[in-house]
Amino acid sequence: MSAIAPKPGVVDTRHGSILYLEDVNVSFDGFKALNNLSLYIDAGELRCLIGPNGAGKTTLMDVITGKTKPNSGSVFFGQTIDLLQMDEPAIAQAGICRKFQKPSVFDKLTVFENLELALATNKGVWASLFAKLTGEQQDRIAEVLEIIGLTEHRSHLAGILSHGQKQWLEIGMLLMQEPKVMLVDEPVAGMTHQEVERTAELLVSLQGERSIIVVEHDMEFVRSIAKRVTVLHEGSVLTEGTMDEVQNDPRVIQVYLGD
Amino acid sequence: MTLANGFKNDKLMASVMALLAAITVLIPLCNWVFPVGSPLYFSAYTVSVLGKYLCFALLGMSLDLVWGYCGILALGHGAFFALGAYAMGMYLMRQIGNRGVYGNAELPDFMVFLDWKELPWYWYGFDQFWFAALMVVLIPGVLAFVFGWLAFRSRVTGVYLSIITQALTYALLLAFFRNEMGFGGNNGLTDFKEIIGFNIHSDNVRASLLMLTGLTLISAYFVSRWITLSKLGRVVTAIRDHEMRVRFLGYRVEMFKLWVFVFAAMLAGLAGALYVPQVGIINPSEFSPLNSLEIVIWVAIGGRGTIYGAIVGAVLVNYAKTLLTGWMPEIWLFFLGTTFILVTVFLPDGLLGLGRNRKEQKS
Amino acid sequence: MKANSRNWPIGLLLALILMLPTLSIGQEEDAFAAALSQLKTASTSDRSQAIELVAAVKQPQAVIVLQALLDGRLLKLKSTDQLVIGTESDIGYQLADALDAKDLGTVERSATQKITLTNSLRTELRKTIGRLQLNDADAAIRLAAVNALAKAVDEDGLAMLQEHLNSEQDEQVQKAIKLTLGLEQLNSPSKLKRLEAIELLKAHADQNIVNRLNELVEKDDQGQYVEADSDVRNAAKTALVSINSDLQLYAGIETLFFGLSLGAVLVLSAIGLAITFGVMGVINMAHGELMMLGAYTTYVTQQLMPNHLGLSIVVAIPAAFIISGLAGIIIERGIIRFLYGRPLETLLATFGVSLFLQQTVRSIFSPLNRSVTTPEWMSGALQINDFLALTWNRFYILVFCLLVFLLLLQILKRTRLGLEVRAVAQNRPMAKAMGVPTGRVDALTFGLGSGIAGVAGVALSQITNVGPNLGQAYIVDSFMVVVFGGVGNLWGTLVAGFSLGIANKLLEPYAGAVLAKILVLVFIILFIQKRPRGLFPQQGRAVEG
Repeated sequence: MSAIAPKPGVVDTRHGSILYLEDVNVSFDGFKALNNLSLYIDAGELRCLIGPNGAGKTTLMDVITGKTKPNSGSVFFGQTIDLLQMDEPAIAQAGICRKFQKPSVFDKLTVFENLELALATNKGVWASLFAKLTGEQQDRIAEVLEIIGLTEHRSHLAGILSHGQKQWLEIGMLLMQEPKVMLVDEPVAGMTHQEVERTAELLVSLQGERSIIVVEHDMEFVRSIAKRVTVLHEGSVLTEGTMDEVQNDPRVIQVYLGD
Repeated sequence: MTLANGFKNDKLMASVMALLAAITVLIPLCNWVFPVGSPLYFSAYTVSVLGKYLCFALLGMSLDLVWGYCGILALGHGAFFALGAYAMGMYLMRQIGNRGVYGNAELPDFMVFLDWKELPWYWYGFDQFWFAALMVVLIPGVLAFVFGWLAFRSRVTGVYLSIITQALTYALLLAFFRNEMGFGGNNGLTDFKEIIGFNIHSDNVRASLLMLTGLTLISAYFVSRWITLSKLGRVVTAIRDHEMRVRFLGYRVEMFKLWVFVFAAMLAGLAGALYVPQVGIINPSEFSPLNSLEIVIWVAIGGRGTIYGAIVGAVLVNYAKTLLTGWMPEIWLFFLGTTFILVTVFLPDGLLGLGRNRKEQKS
Repeated sequence: MKANSRNWPIGLLLALILMLPTLSIGQEEDAFAAALSQLKTASTSDRSQAIELVAAVKQPQAVIVLQALLDGRLLKLKSTDQLVIGTESDIGYQLADALDAKDLGTVERSATQKITLTNSLRTELRKTIGRLQLNDADAAIRLAAVNALAKAVDEDGLAMLQEHLNSEQDEQVQKAIKLTLGLEQLNSPSKLKRLEAIELLKAHADQNIVNRLNELVEKDDQGQYVEADSDVRNAAKTALVSINSDLQLYAGIETLFFGLSLGAVLVLSAIGLAITFGVMGVINMAHGELMMLGAYTTYVTQQLMPNHLGLSIVVAIPAAFIISGLAGIIIERGIIRFLYGRPLETLLATFGVSLFLQQTVRSIFSPLNRSVTTPEWMSGALQINDFLALTWNRFYILVFCLLVFLLLLQILKRTRLGLEVRAVAQNRPMAKAMGVPTGRVDALTFGLGSGIAGVAGVALSQITNVGPNLGQAYIVDSFMVVVFGGVGNLWGTLVAGFSLGIANKLLEPYAGAVLAKILVLVFIILFIQKRPRGLFPQQGRAVEG
């Protein structure tokens, strides 16, 4: 830690990186899901993670968000916040938000209510009991509704949305949380071509203010958004670089095409 | 959504509440105005049976908060009811004073019978109504807090949680059967004489108790409704449907569950406390797992996640129970068993769901 | 030795016994009658010889006559001068012919005359009877004789026992003789002998020895030690310590046995649940009632074959398996299959089934408990010593539980059904895609679990009342065992069942049965909150979903 550490709780990104994962190991019943994985994400960067099935992409997200505790290694948010000491809600409140692989919205609540729940505010029990939306907060929800294009569906139950709309709603919920890091797992699975394009635009426009990590299998989509791509294989980083560099790496070709 | 809006949107709910208010106000009023023997004078039996139903309705409602809204199928909810009832029973026992069989002003009869010399420390204070009234909600609340804190924090969910809640009430059942516990063992607490100085068997007191129960039920309904319509209510519903997602939104899921669980336990305790003076006895069988399961069926039949569905379910099932056990006792369990099966397989949203689905299909 | 000089009666007796087979029945009758008549007429001094003569012939009637003589019940009828054995009754004596035990009706006391004995004769007689019994072919009678002699020992008796020890083959009788001799030796004036005796006795757990040794270390009313020699006292103390540690061991073994047998019941009742809940993920609240069906099947089987109680249990096992198994299949096909993926609803619906089954049984068999008779080969106990007895029915249940467990393990491991069950449990859609008929597998798995519940019911019928509430008493426990052991793990169920059984029995002496049970329940509740997946959790990603 640096000698002039900023006050605790504030993400210290003065060294350029916002997430530090070092020598992380996770094993299930002897199966090594993550194997000495080290990864650094820069502040404001949009990073794509690719890799064949079982490479450890989802496990990596589980580790960052506190769902899975690694057997060894360290995970820091900025320079000072040790994520391994925190549970899921604490990590979420610190500013790391996650979209699940399977769209996870609350079907029995309206689109508006889904966003309202995600709103960055005091999330304590008593505060929730007496919560009232301020004008500012309502504006923010309206703004996000606009961004994700669901304004006209605001009072519909989330359950009746199409698959693509649910994906967007979930991205909208991430936005409501005012995150510093967004983990986005397979955002375009099951989307039409047009929807994929819109999602790409959306994600690209969101970077800068926040870091975004996208896990995706759709290579065309990855090419359209990514500056840097990290390839995972058997729980470790195989290689890192631009899409072109990665695609021409013989090890990557081997991994994807097999022997 | 405001309350007025709620009424407009749901005529069924409005009529249920109107009927409830009518029972609460009219029956005690009739008994006050009309003389004994008049056709509009309700017998002590009718009054206490209605009072019992309303207590069960309150109990069912409290379970609906836990199960219908929070998704926790608690199979030991009856334990909180029984604890509240015991707390009130202890007050009523102390009110007997020296009018017991043994005429001991300091000790309840069963303690004299067991040859106990002094009142156990945990009976202290129960001669004061305010203290007992506090304990009625505090004891179930504290138990629910400790149990829930342990269970929710370690993320015990689903059927596991259901099974350990059942084990909880089973353990309490066994414990309260023991004479050494100091709660009257097998026989429980009974032979009450007075409540805050009034004869507990008089028709006026019965009518007042019915009115009190009705008012408590109606207020509890509106408080519960307010809770479910608050943001907390939406968080809780979200937890029911996708616990993990809520956690990743930054909510401490276990604290929300705990809050609802404790609140519901307190309501259940209140229901138990209102129940005891009206039926005149509390014994360990109230802790039996079967009782807790019956509460579940009231809520399931009425339609969970609606609050007033639980009221409808509790009253209907208990009315059926009164009818059937009087008419053909052996039919009752067949009826209850079959209802369990039919409701879960064919009516997952309960009777109210039936109406609601039809409406939704129309629109 | 002193005993040698008194050897002649035994010699005579042996000679007579050896002669016995050569006597024809008639001759024997005559000899017996003659001996009896001599006994009747002989003067006191000659009676001794007469007794020997009686003893020499016609077993076992001779022993009966001699015993009667000793007890003062050998009488002479004044009217006919006949020798009879009398038993006291309200109006006088109930008579039996001394010759052939024929019933002779009742007479007044005054109609008879007692054959009298002197003290020395009585002693003689006691020894004779003991001797006769000691030579009986039945080891049980010999043992009884030793115990009878032990109660009133004198030097002759001891000598006789000492003598007999050499020829005795039966270990139990040998041991009894040694103990009697040892106890007697404690009275020996020789300090060395007493020490020797203590050494011999301390290896045996016997109430008499404990009492006797305790006497040795106690003080009498005057504050003097009963045993004057401090070495002997110390030896006795050490011996008591060693015996007490033995006793503790026996108590430990007994607790362990009770614990294991309770555990066996728990495992039996939980193991079917381990299949339906653990493997299929179905919460079957009617599991207890399926056990109840098994218990009632046992009852009905016994009613159908009242003359073959032992066999009826054996027949009941497959019958209960089939009946409960079929009931299970009907429940699965009729209700549960509509509720897969909705565990809480399954729980409620099967609870409905349990109420239904309870009431059905109540309507058919009445709400009262039915008693199932325990067949002879299962009743009684294996008496290991004064301090340790293991009841057979619990022992058989333990063995039965292990057999059922092993059989189930083999079914899951080796049969086609087992393979399919495991496949469906691990990955249902994949199994379906591979052509496993999942519907049929579900039904059969549920049937298997239910059938085992029925078999458990047969076992339960042997140790508890068979009534409509039988299932309810076990359902909470069964779930606790499965959850404690780790869902989906049969070995976990076994370990959990036995450890909970033993824990329960260990706590019982300190806390009482009910409190012990409560403590165990509370422990499990806390345990589940610490380790929600039980003792032996299944791990990995598959579980998370």
